[in-house]
Amino acid sequence: MALNVIVCVKQVPDTNEIKIDPVKNTLIREGVASILNHDDANALEEALKLKDIYPETKVTVLSMGPPQAKEMLIECLAKGADDAILLSDRALGGSDTWATSNALSSAIKKIGNYDIIFAGRQAIDGDTAQVGPQIAEKLDIPQVTYVRNFKISGETITVHRALEDGYETIEVKKPCLLTTIKELNKPRYMNIRGIFDATQKEIKVWSAKDIGVTDTEVGLDASPTNVFRSFTPALKGKGKLIDGETSNEIARILLLELKHKQLI
Amino acid sequence: MAVVVIKEKCKGCKMCIKACPFDAIQMEGKVAVITEKCTACNQCIEACPFDAIEKTESAKSMCDLSAYKDIWVFAEQRDGELMNVSKELIGEAHKLAGQLDNGTRVYALLIGDDVAGLSETCGAYGADGVYLIEDPKLRHYTTDAYTKVAADAMRLYRPEIVLYGATHIGRDLAPRIAARLDTGLTADCTRLDVKVSTYKDYAEKYTTLDTASLAGMLEAHKFLQTRPAFGGNLMATIICPNTRPQMATVRPGVMQKIDPKPAENLEVIRVTPTLEVRDIRTKVIEVVKTVKEMVSLTDAEIIVSGGRGLANPEGFKLLQAFAEKCGGTIAASRAAVDAGWIDHAFQVGQTGTTVKPRLYFACGISGAIQHLAGMQSSDIIIAINKDGEAPIFESADYSIVGDLYSIVPELIEEWENIQAHFE
Repeated sequence: MALNVIVCVKQVPDTNEIKIDPVKNTLIREGVASILNHDDANALEEALKLKDIYPETKVTVLSMGPPQAKEMLIECLAKGADDAILLSDRALGGSDTWATSNALSSAIKKIGNYDIIFAGRQAIDGDTAQVGPQIAEKLDIPQVTYVRNFKISGETITVHRALEDGYETIEVKKPCLLTTIKELNKPRYMNIRGIFDATQKEIKVWSAKDIGVTDTEVGLDASPTNVFRSFTPALKGKGKLIDGETSNEIARILLLELKHKQLI
Repeated sequence: MAVVVIKEKCKGCKMCIKACPFDAIQMEGKVAVITEKCTACNQCIEACPFDAIEKTESAKSMCDLSAYKDIWVFAEQRDGELMNVSKELIGEAHKLAGQLDNGTRVYALLIGDDVAGLSETCGAYGADGVYLIEDPKLRHYTTDAYTKVAADAMRLYRPEIVLYGATHIGRDLAPRIAARLDTGLTADCTRLDVKVSTYKDYAEKYTTLDTASLAGMLEAHKFLQTRPAFGGNLMATIICPNTRPQMATVRPGVMQKIDPKPAENLEVIRVTPTLEVRDIRTKVIEVVKTVKEMVSLTDAEIIVSGGRGLANPEGFKLLQAFAEKCGGTIAASRAAVDAGWIDHAFQVGQTGTTVKPRLYFACGISGAIQHLAGMQSSDIIIAINKDGEAPIFESADYSIVGDLYSIVPELIEEWENIQAHFE
């Protein structure tokens, strides 16, 4: 089976590493690395697993972002992707999920001939989980989100879609879009050979014009949603320190305090 | 809208570069330049000491906004049972409609097979009416079928606002509908306002936002949707000015239900769906429940939560013992879930559940911003951590710097003594 698989990936700041300056109430961004979004790493891994089983499979990674996102795409190539495309253009800047999905779906149409599109469930910087389904809608193909188990047999794909209290088993035909969660697999590491091969490959950079989108479809002005205001949440402030000679004394002081305030 | 630097005013101080959360500003020569990474979040505008950055508003309207009215809530049901989050959202919609005071009505969008009986439930929780769409093909949720019937109904009846629970179903359905209707959708909102005045009150009380810029702003149709972004490090208020309906998903446990009372004059509008078998391209083979019950963190009065500081899965046994003692339930931070010590269903935080119990015991939790985003509206937070510098102490009402393995057993031990002491 020779499959054409497209994986949508995003370069994100590692939000785990970000802290708020408690005095100035601003973000401390210095030294925070840009990484391949976690859920997207699972999306790529599932595509690469298909390639392990069916070596004829072609895996194309697709991203939208500034030129620096090439670093992340090199990482994807080093892990085993065949082809990498970056949509990068100032005209795409400020796109919300609706506009982003216009750009990505237009690029996917240009790539053409795909069987499966994998995307991470959501990106850790925006946490919207919207772009995957919106790409599927614009391509008029079925979607399954929260995929935690994947099997393919001929034209039919069988997946487990995670629910809050279990999962559902779903059958879907190619072509389709699947969004992946971390329970699906464990992403592989790059190897030396892969890194060497990746440096020999070219990353294609496409502009808005290349994918045939205009300012009514992409960018800040085209986006239906806008940021009205943004701010850092106010922290509660340091509370009362409970201290004592022994753990027992500390426990007693705390419980007495809670009891006095009728909290317990 | 776009954020631009007024070149003449820019002094090249780079304050904006420091303030930008998205690394979207660069220096070109001695002038700051906004790059394509910009999301128009406005942080730089506030940071600029020289008023050299401004936001340009573009005046345009793509649809006749006045044709849209009322607030709809997607009344999500599973196996014929209305989800709690839908009750919460009907309550929130009821509150917002009351604030608007312009005849806005609240409708539940009830989709399924043989679910008419839930209409009364929707009414009891505050809906004025129900749009009821029934078909045997709608028995199980499928993206294709639900998107089609919901989007068709919205095209026909034109709601001004639509709210969905941010569940695995709501987050599958809402973006698909938004794309089909070419309108905006804001994910995982934690606060909604329909009036600038209520938003201003909130901003002054709970945020660092300079509200001076809100003074004198018209109360006109503004649906202000506030959500955590950037892993909870930043809050953003989103608007959808030119397209309708304005749509948002809201996480379970965030909004308040109203006390149910029998609905009076409930309006039930039956909508006949146009739905063919071939419209549905996925097939649900089976639905498997693995967690006995959904872990009901959102309703818990007392939560005993554990993090990386537990150091091993056995730590949750200790927390469970304490939770049983005080009538609470256990929960976990992402670190503990990622370590494989406990199921994801117990996770509190940005990518887990949002909780607001009366008491939240944070045991061995450092207090990453993602975690705070899910629990900081708890009434009282008690932090127990060995590391006196842990950020959790910045958000705690009571701080105990110590080893949870020596403190928690004493809390269990002393619990009954204290209770007895007061009787």
